[in-house]
Amino acid sequence: MGKFNKKKDGDLPAVSTASLPDIVFMLLFFFMTVTTMKDSSLMVQNTLPNASEVKKLEKKDRVLYVYVGKPTPQYQKVFGSEPKIQLNDKFASVSEVGPFILQERAKKPQELQNVLTTALKVDKGANMGLISDIKQELRKVNALKINYTTYEGDAFRNLQ
Amino acid sequence: MSRRGGPPEVNAGSMADIAFLLLIFFLVTTTIETDAGLDRMLPPLEPPETDVVIKQKNIFTVNINKNGQLLVEEELTQLKDLRAKAIAFLDNGGSPSGTSDYCNYCKGRRDASSSDSPIKAIISLKNDRETKYGTYITVQNELVGAYNDLRNREAQRLYGRDFTEMESEFLNPETPSRIRDELKDKVQRVQELFPQKLSEAQTSTAN
Repeated sequence: MGKFNKKKDGDLPAVSTASLPDIVFMLLFFFMTVTTMKDSSLMVQNTLPNASEVKKLEKKDRVLYVYVGKPTPQYQKVFGSEPKIQLNDKFASVSEVGPFILQERAKKPQELQNVLTTALKVDKGANMGLISDIKQELRKVNALKINYTTYEGDAFRNLQ
Repeated sequence: MSRRGGPPEVNAGSMADIAFLLLIFFLVTTTIETDAGLDRMLPPLEPPETDVVIKQKNIFTVNINKNGQLLVEEELTQLKDLRAKAIAFLDNGGSPSGTSDYCNYCKGRRDASSSDSPIKAIISLKNDRETKYGTYITVQNELVGAYNDLRNREAQRLYGRDFTEMESEFLNPETPSRIRDELKDKVQRVQELFPQKLSEAQTSTAN
């Protein structure tokens, strides 16, 4: 009977890939659940200092971010190498911090407006003068709750 | 021609490709880390209406200069000794027993020339405009660490567990609210024993 082809000798059976989609879907769901979208790309160098007595910043919807640091090499030609403030996606001067906080605060729902935290993500090489100016601006708009964002680690490593 | 049997099956061979595409997209956009840092409250801009007179002995001054050197209570100090000095100051409890400020849980030297009680003690931090941020954070970390060490000690004595552990469990939104309510009282109680009074003066401009 010639209905069935005889298997040729030495031919390996193909590996079944039928379960591949299941595996991939499993991975997909894992990453979908743990993903948070990056909202702004960094234009400043941002090596945070280390601290050991840290508290976690829960509830990301209650946090406003202020970045400070030297502009990254691609921006240094235009903006120089002095530490700068980055708000959302652009560089800003100290006087723009206050209006930025007010603007961001207005975007949040009413019940969150009084519990917002300002997270200062500052490069460890920045000078305190700039930070003091920012803090003064924050006091002017009554954004008193701040968080110096750090890495978790030995604080004495900052000194090297 | 009429079809025989059911409708033809949809070819699912490309499903894996679509899933891969999505997978790669989420892989690229993922950031898993949550931020952590030192929480601080800034003082309001308007000064309080009544001027409170604070005794000099209740103030613990920390000065950082632009080279990152520390002047603690008019004494040049190494950063690693700062925590011990702050603890000694906060835990001093200099008020004699019987007075209203007497601190019955302090284990310090009870030196009359240092702070009266942890309730009265204030740490004043001053820094130069050219101080490096990294140094400043290290100093802040040590001062917060001093408070946490003392609070841990009291929490261990009262409740048999660390204050920092109770606090992070209290702040964690995943903790059931029944446990949270219970922790809230304990956390507040310990915080009242050693209230964090860290004042930051305006930065000095020159020298």
